[in-house]
Amino acid sequence: MESTGLTRTSLFEAHRAAGGKMVPYAGYEMPVSYAGLVEEHHAVRNDCGMFDVSHMGEFRVTGREALNLIQWISSNDASTLVPGKVQYSCMPNGQGGIVDDLLVYCISSEEFMLVVNASNRQKDWDWIQANNQWDAQVTDESDSWSLIALQGPNAAAYLRPLTPDTPVDTMGYYTFNQGRVGGKACLISATGYTGAGGFELYLKNEDAPAIWAALFEAGVPPCGLGARDTLRLEAGFCLYGNDISDETSPLSAGLGWITKFTKDFVDSKRLALEKEAGSEKILRGLSVTERGIPRKDYLIENAAEEVIGIVTSGTSSPTLGHGIALGYIDKSHAKIGETVFIRIRKNAIPAEVMRPGFLKK
Amino acid sequence: MNIPQVLLYTKEHEWVRLEGDVVTIGITDYAQGELGDIVFIEVDTIGDSIGVDEVFGTIEAVKTVSDMFAPVAGEVLEFNENLEDEPELVNSDPYGAGWIMKMRVENPEDSASLLDHEAYAKLLA
Repeated sequence: MESTGLTRTSLFEAHRAAGGKMVPYAGYEMPVSYAGLVEEHHAVRNDCGMFDVSHMGEFRVTGREALNLIQWISSNDASTLVPGKVQYSCMPNGQGGIVDDLLVYCISSEEFMLVVNASNRQKDWDWIQANNQWDAQVTDESDSWSLIALQGPNAAAYLRPLTPDTPVDTMGYYTFNQGRVGGKACLISATGYTGAGGFELYLKNEDAPAIWAALFEAGVPPCGLGARDTLRLEAGFCLYGNDISDETSPLSAGLGWITKFTKDFVDSKRLALEKEAGSEKILRGLSVTERGIPRKDYLIENAAEEVIGIVTSGTSSPTLGHGIALGYIDKSHAKIGETVFIRIRKNAIPAEVMRPGFLKK
Repeated sequence: MNIPQVLLYTKEHEWVRLEGDVVTIGITDYAQGELGDIVFIEVDTIGDSIGVDEVFGTIEAVKTVSDMFAPVAGEVLEFNENLEDEPELVNSDPYGAGWIMKMRVENPEDSASLLDHEAYAKLLA
């Protein structure tokens, strides 16, 4: 077989057997869709679907001062975690931007797992190493973990038969349990990137294909990165590289809720000043009910056709049946409910400024 | 792969049906499969005279935006307005109800540069 230079996950053969359309993504050969993006999207929103997200990076941080390292590099307050809890956080880059967003898993007071974006794995690793001035050991375990995201309102019903020892129905959002799935050791995490509820299952590479097959047999459709993106955008979740980056501040991106000034961290002084002054640009949701689909890099204008912002993610929402987007808007025009205009080719299409998260009533 | 023998094709995966000096244009079965679920089609050149390979409109899948190019020179006559409400017709019936636009051909000899079904099948092979 010809070499693509791309890494294949433990589930590659399963994707091919199921007719997955494979594309390069962050150095991996990943399925973008199977039956069709819209069908997969609805399956997750209304019932259940599963994604291979084994490309995500996992770093284990251990030692007496593991928490000190995590507190310094991350914006959220990890001291509030107890074993079994997960926290969404980001790593400020020392210049007001974001190295990456991540999940922090508290396994014990001296053991944590950081889950980072595949596209940033090397950059994150270098950053954490450079900032590790404590007695903390960091290990990159990414290549030995597979990750299946089982997402949707009925995810627990599909998972339950495989997890007799873990009460998956009663797990709280952003908690995890080190149990067994289908007899295989698994970190079962009640998290996800779809806004549909569900679980993320961290499995050893050698165990993942059997669990994927068992879920497939149970009727869970495999879903690709395409549906993952439309689902996260409907939920208003940021995508690193689009909506957040080394150039965007967490406050500007609406991540003030994970930026805690209860402790010192990289950029805490700079961000405290920014909070005081207010961010110049604010990441907002944009709802487009007229004909036209907003896309990344389209310009946002006011009624006088002056540029006041830029779209960072956009799509046609399969659930709503119209265009939705995230974009940075000058604070003077970022008021919720305000009408702005997105330049879609020749036309200026009106859009309503919203908080990110398009499915909320 | 469905490639009707009676149609002509372009390298941009459009099909062309010649009827007198009017051509009907759509995208091929292969193209709709590659694009996935079509959610938006815009032809904003009605009444315009455009040259070969000029953009006559845009077709959007959930994740992608693609320009559509005029396979011949001429005047853009008509857009299939059913696609405003049902863009998915391009997926379900690309050579029939999913036709996209009609043009009046300026130079009938332009069609000589289009591919027949065998040449298009070869392009996909």
